[in-house]
Amino acid sequence: MGGYIFNRVLWAVPILFGASVLSFAIIQLPPGDYLTAVMASMRSTGESVEQSQLVMLRERYGLDDPMIVQYWKWISGIVLRGDFGQSFIYNRPVDELLWERLGLTFVLAFASMIFVWLVAFPIGVYSAMRKYSVGDYVMTFIGFLGLATPNFLIALILMYVSFTVFGTSAGGLFSPEFADAPWSWARFWDMMGKIWIPVVVIGTAGTASLIRIVRANMLDELPRPYVEAARARGLSETRATVKYPLRVALNPFVSRLGWELPDLVSGATITAIVLSLPTTGPLLLEALLAQDMYLAGSFIFMLSVLTVIGTLLSDLLLAWLDPRVRHGLM
Amino acid sequence: MPMPDSADNLIEVRDLSCHFFTEEGVVRSVDQSSFDLPRGKTLCIVGESGSGKSVTARALMGLTREPGKIVSGQMLYRPAPGVVPIDLAAERSGGQLYRSLRGAAFGMIFQEPMAALSPVHTIGTQLLEGVLTHEACSRAEARNRGIDALQRVGIPEPERRFDQYGFELSGGMRQRAMIAMALACRPALLIADEPTTALDVTTQANILDLIADLQAETGMTVMFITHDLGVVAEIADEVAVMYLGRVVERGDVDTIFHAPAHPYTEALLNAMPSVHARRGTRLPAIPGMVPHPFARPSGCGFHPRCHRFVDGLCNRREPEPVDLGAGHVARCLRLENSKDQKEAAE
Repeated sequence: MGGYIFNRVLWAVPILFGASVLSFAIIQLPPGDYLTAVMASMRSTGESVEQSQLVMLRERYGLDDPMIVQYWKWISGIVLRGDFGQSFIYNRPVDELLWERLGLTFVLAFASMIFVWLVAFPIGVYSAMRKYSVGDYVMTFIGFLGLATPNFLIALILMYVSFTVFGTSAGGLFSPEFADAPWSWARFWDMMGKIWIPVVVIGTAGTASLIRIVRANMLDELPRPYVEAARARGLSETRATVKYPLRVALNPFVSRLGWELPDLVSGATITAIVLSLPTTGPLLLEALLAQDMYLAGSFIFMLSVLTVIGTLLSDLLLAWLDPRVRHGLM
Repeated sequence: MPMPDSADNLIEVRDLSCHFFTEEGVVRSVDQSSFDLPRGKTLCIVGESGSGKSVTARALMGLTREPGKIVSGQMLYRPAPGVVPIDLAAERSGGQLYRSLRGAAFGMIFQEPMAALSPVHTIGTQLLEGVLTHEACSRAEARNRGIDALQRVGIPEPERRFDQYGFELSGGMRQRAMIAMALACRPALLIADEPTTALDVTTQANILDLIADLQAETGMTVMFITHDLGVVAEIADEVAVMYLGRVVERGDVDTIFHAPAHPYTEALLNAMPSVHARRGTRLPAIPGMVPHPFARPSGCGFHPRCHRFVDGLCNRREPEPVDLGAGHVARCLRLENSKDQKEAAE
């Protein structure tokens, strides 16, 4: 087991290196840089641009250095000093922006995941055990409805309902008085009161697909002889189902966790914009549009890191859950 | 009429029918089958695939699954000689009685020990389950009993095996572990559903010996399902031959092997490889195939493959069981006829 963990962690290193190179390459891909974007926007508003000022900025940010030098400056800052560079548009260090946004995103993602599990697991198991019953069909219908409806649409509907019926604005994670306040219990409770809307919105699609997965996994496992053997030993229907097939059906689900994590962080961008949530999605979009390379690069890199961590976690979880993985049989 | 010998039967199955109501139609997997399980003896149920052997076993265990249903008949269970029997066919499979019987009075082992063991639970977890479900004892006590049970079925290093997983054991060891699980609560009846089919011949012999030893030790009744007549010859006291969901012939093992009354039993015995066979002769086979469940032949289900087929008799109506004395019963129209003639002559 120790060897297995060591092996997995070791593998993460080259993958993270590759991810950092790719993230940097991606933000360098569009023609021009931050200053061309600034110039374009200034021109469009009719402001004059002074060449001397541009040259000065260019030198200050090292935008004329070769690509590899720029990459080295960036990655060495992150790895050695935890310095993600400077955001051009905000004129603030990237890490200040990054951690708060990432933290809130994580809270939101985690809450959505719990919501999805709580709803999808019982329904999936029910649907599998009462296959082709009325209940199964109803759940399947609602599930597909959730899967097919775009999240931002649900967000808009919920916002509309909450505004017209309850008279409160559903946007954001905080009330105006707490938006920029330091963390306190009052701010936390304020967030808890508002977080359910994005959680439900982000969760619906995930719930629908997870119901299908749990149902399919359960249907695979329910007719297995070991379930019948458990019943033959005197276990009740419910006990035999929960103890055996549900347990085995967990495995494919845990291996999904790896890409579920970054998906939750990045996938909800449109929802976050519609609901004006202070999460990573809208900021990343803004940074990409403005070619704010350090900000965008850091976000993309952190998403890759999350993917690697998620995969690592699910690998370890799977090894813990499934003895066949632990013994290197699968 | 008094039935002096019936008190010695642990279970008497009478006209049991278990049908599966599928979307394509009703499959009569078990159809008006009768047989006895004499206490402390071994009954072998023989038949080709799809003859209803396993469905019968599951019906007894109360493990009939949707869309299957016991539609008629009785399964009379007599826990001790002379007591009033309980009709298991009238009990709900999820009901109180069945839940107290399964794993306690009735144990079952399966065809593929690998598939019948959970891939993610240790042998011990599954072994203790029966004990902890049915008996009030502490975990430590149960663990000791579990290790004892593993020892009893001849598993070396039982303490170590107890905490291992199914995939870490060899095929024979897996089946031994399954037997230990089935016997953990010392059942009165062991139902073995082709337990040696997936094992190699040497292991097969070991498992058969083990079951025989355990039976001698505990006095349990064994219902052994197989399609291997070699196995039947080795372990059976009583034999029931099934074809298309019906018990077509039953009797003690000597009668079945030496004086079979049903042409199907005869054909099965002829199709058995023998060391005395002459060189250059082909092994006889039963012509044709088991009919599709939705294309049952009219009259006697076996008539299209029967070497004693009588046109105008066998394809007209279904045969009724004919009692040939001493517990030997066969379902063949020719026997019915000869018996009628005999009675008419007397």
